[in-house]
Amino acid sequence: MISRGLLRRLGGVLFLALGLLTAAATLPRPALAQGAAPDISAPLAQLATDKYDDTEAALGALSVSGSPAAAGIVAALADGRLMYSPATKQVLIKTPEGGLTDAATGQPVAEAPPGLKAVRVNNRIRRAIEAASGTLALVDADPAKRLAAASAVMRSRDEAALPALDAALAKESDARVKSALTLARASILIGKAGVPDAERIAAIATVGGEGNQDALAVLRSVPADASPAVKQAAQGAIAGIERSLAIWAVGQNVWYGVSLGSVLLLAAIGLAITFGVMGVINMAHGEMVMLGAYVTFVVQEAIRTYNPALFDASLLIAIPVAFLFTGLIGVVIERTVIRFLYGRALETLLATWGISLILQQAIRTMFGPTNREVGAPSWMSGAFELGQLSITYGRLWIIVFAMLVFVALLATLRLTRIGLEMRAVTQNRRMAASMGIRTNWVDAMTFGLGSGIAGIAGVALSQIDNVSPNLGQSYIIDSFLVVVFGGVGNLWGTLVGAMSLGIANKMLEPYAGAVLGKIALLVIVILFIQKRPRGLFALKGRAIEA
Amino acid sequence: MSTLTPQPVLLGRSGLVFLGVVLGAAVLVPLLNLATSPDSALHVPTYVVSLLGKYLTYALLALSVDLIWGYVGILSLGHGAFFALGGYAMGMYLMRQIGPRGVYGDPVLPDFMVFLNWKELPWFWHGFDLFPFAALMVLLAPGILALVFGWFAFRSRVTGVYLSIITQAMTFALLLAFFRNDMGFGGNNGLTDFKDILGFNIQADGTRLVLFVLSALALALGYVLCRFLVRSHFGKVLIAIRDAETRVRFTGYRAENYKLVAFVVSAMLAGIAGALYVPQVGIINPGEFSPANSIEIIVWVAVGGRGTLIGAALGAVLVNYAKTYFTSGLLAPYWLFMLGGLFVAVTLFLPKGIVGTFYEWRDRRASATPADGGLPEPKPAE
Repeated sequence: MISRGLLRRLGGVLFLALGLLTAAATLPRPALAQGAAPDISAPLAQLATDKYDDTEAALGALSVSGSPAAAGIVAALADGRLMYSPATKQVLIKTPEGGLTDAATGQPVAEAPPGLKAVRVNNRIRRAIEAASGTLALVDADPAKRLAAASAVMRSRDEAALPALDAALAKESDARVKSALTLARASILIGKAGVPDAERIAAIATVGGEGNQDALAVLRSVPADASPAVKQAAQGAIAGIERSLAIWAVGQNVWYGVSLGSVLLLAAIGLAITFGVMGVINMAHGEMVMLGAYVTFVVQEAIRTYNPALFDASLLIAIPVAFLFTGLIGVVIERTVIRFLYGRALETLLATWGISLILQQAIRTMFGPTNREVGAPSWMSGAFELGQLSITYGRLWIIVFAMLVFVALLATLRLTRIGLEMRAVTQNRRMAASMGIRTNWVDAMTFGLGSGIAGIAGVALSQIDNVSPNLGQSYIIDSFLVVVFGGVGNLWGTLVGAMSLGIANKMLEPYAGAVLGKIALLVIVILFIQKRPRGLFALKGRAIEA
Repeated sequence: MSTLTPQPVLLGRSGLVFLGVVLGAAVLVPLLNLATSPDSALHVPTYVVSLLGKYLTYALLALSVDLIWGYVGILSLGHGAFFALGGYAMGMYLMRQIGPRGVYGDPVLPDFMVFLNWKELPWFWHGFDLFPFAALMVLLAPGILALVFGWFAFRSRVTGVYLSIITQAMTFALLLAFFRNDMGFGGNNGLTDFKDILGFNIQADGTRLVLFVLSALALALGYVLCRFLVRSHFGKVLIAIRDAETRVRFTGYRAENYKLVAFVVSAMLAGIAGALYVPQVGIINPGEFSPANSIEIIVWVAVGGRGTLIGAALGAVLVNYAKTYFTSGLLAPYWLFMLGGLFVAVTLFLPKGIVGTFYEWRDRRASATPADGGLPEPKPAE
């Protein structure tokens, strides 16, 4: 975490230099530098003259010297910590702690020579430092840094880096870094004047195998005066990359769609219980989600105040708290209002809408109308690459979480006693009552379960949406559409409905834009309901309405 | 009994009282505004006249919802969309009347189009400089949308909750669409800064009085029309559909056609209400499409009493008066608590609404023939 923060704050070069310095000070010498250390006395002598021309030349020599001390010297120069003595022509490095070390050997120097001066730096030298540290990073001890340096070279396609690349390639042992270096070298060769056709075509093949945006940029840079064979090879490679990129783009949209679908699933799954199973048009469902998000906020505040060490676990703590709290609110609502309205579905809509207004206003009164900050634990930030896809941990966890909630709910309804009773009561209330099931109690528990699930959804949605009193309203219409689209009374329908709407939305977006895509989706759902008035997975039965 | 004192078939006693109140207000309010001095206790300031005019358009809107909810059992959660479409049609006429007096002084293009760097009027804005065309559009825009939407929905027998949800999706889609600048309806800001209506200054006191009187007349005519519809053979079929749709269908009626006609008439009434609303409040913006607005209309009807027509109008005026009263001043933060509480209380304790409960009480006292012309009791539509 700290290094990521630093990286953002410091310039890349400066950071690289600091990192190298600490690495040089603490780690054993890397494998690259084994054997006799190369002689760097000539560049050191040039540095000691303190003329800009000499300094620049010395930087060039140091960057390809292969000496383990070179990185430290360049970093010290960048920081203005490289000292020289005009009298003895000695070059020394001032450590950040204030001590002095010999530039060539790295040994501490006990007694400073008289008249010590810093080697001067101007803009030209700063550019040379940047180039030198880039080149040095190619042979850094850390493979990750070598990899980053290689792709930097590939993007810049600086012909001057070619000798350094060749040198680094010769020494490289890590396969990933080696292929990155080869790629960087091929990128330079493609654009370089005077390269034989055969070598250039080989380079195009190497770059074409990579198949990302960077490779596309490299291939487009084939000089205009290149031979027809080279141009044809480049065209072929570009077409291949564009094909594969198009496929990845579809993959990306599907991934975003699954991600949106799981958000919809989280938002709708509680409603699938209260509306789908119980038949209550629960307009307060969105507010249950909102309450869950506020529970998360309160839990995080408590953790910040009393035990900041637990912060990473705050969401895990918030989940049961939110479930119990919103579930309890749900039970209270069911006992005081909903139970008088069974069989009058459209009137439950009015009453629950009233409840939603009251809950919103209550939260607005307690927490204010503005957004509240809910932090993300460290395990939810960051991303990793999968092919050409960038997958953030936040999205990934929400998808996983949505699936877990779905499975847990399904298991509750299928495998537990209370689930059995819930299904019995919704299918045939009188028969269930005759079998000794306390239907009132089951009603309350079912509504509480649906509300509690909504609260859990709120915990997850607090990570991706603004936690404000209006949070719930933005989900209520989508939630109803998902449940109705999937087919009322069917959890699997809700899953399929959420995923299809999510993916369809993200597939439409590139062509129609976000708003038009959403409108198109609403129209599609409206038309779909005409075709299948009972949703995707309608419960089969012989009953007719009214 | 009926041989001695024949019931007025069309209106009934309470209907006559209602018409008397509305038309009386249409006469009395302008009179009190013009004939009394501003210091007089009886004086009605012009802003109150506009406020009352707004309530009357809401009452007409509630009436249109009651026609389909109370008598056909269609709970539309998207009626605000028809209201807003009528309002936009009127707003477009008013925008065209601004002419070169806009901020940018363009003789044809409204300000927001100049601001968006549009060079010419979009095709759908043509004709709106003529009042008869705009007036026609006030009826046609909501009417055609209702026709298309209803034709699909009723033919496929989408009923109950499903219909409510897709009407809500419809108004939500329109909300998103009208928020877009590219749609050519002024985007987020909507249409405003109106100057003239039919050559009269829209801000002038006289114009406001006339608009108020027109709103009252529209409400009265709307009531008579709805009352006529629900009392006719057509209306009896509607009520039968509400109570047992399948049975009506089995008896040989094309239920979907009856529903469609009622839905379209209702949408047009809502459009007229919107058209009268816009010049009185001076703005129309996409917020009118928001699903929450449409749900609020349902509450007005529920409070007043669904399936009574008078109740819908009464509920609209009462709830909106309460809203005006409570959202200004000390109690403002508690308005939503009250509105929410009202929703809950009405559904729990007053399921027939104010007027419905009154009828029930009156009938129980009379306990002979149903006094109001024998309409069946409204029943839930499930």
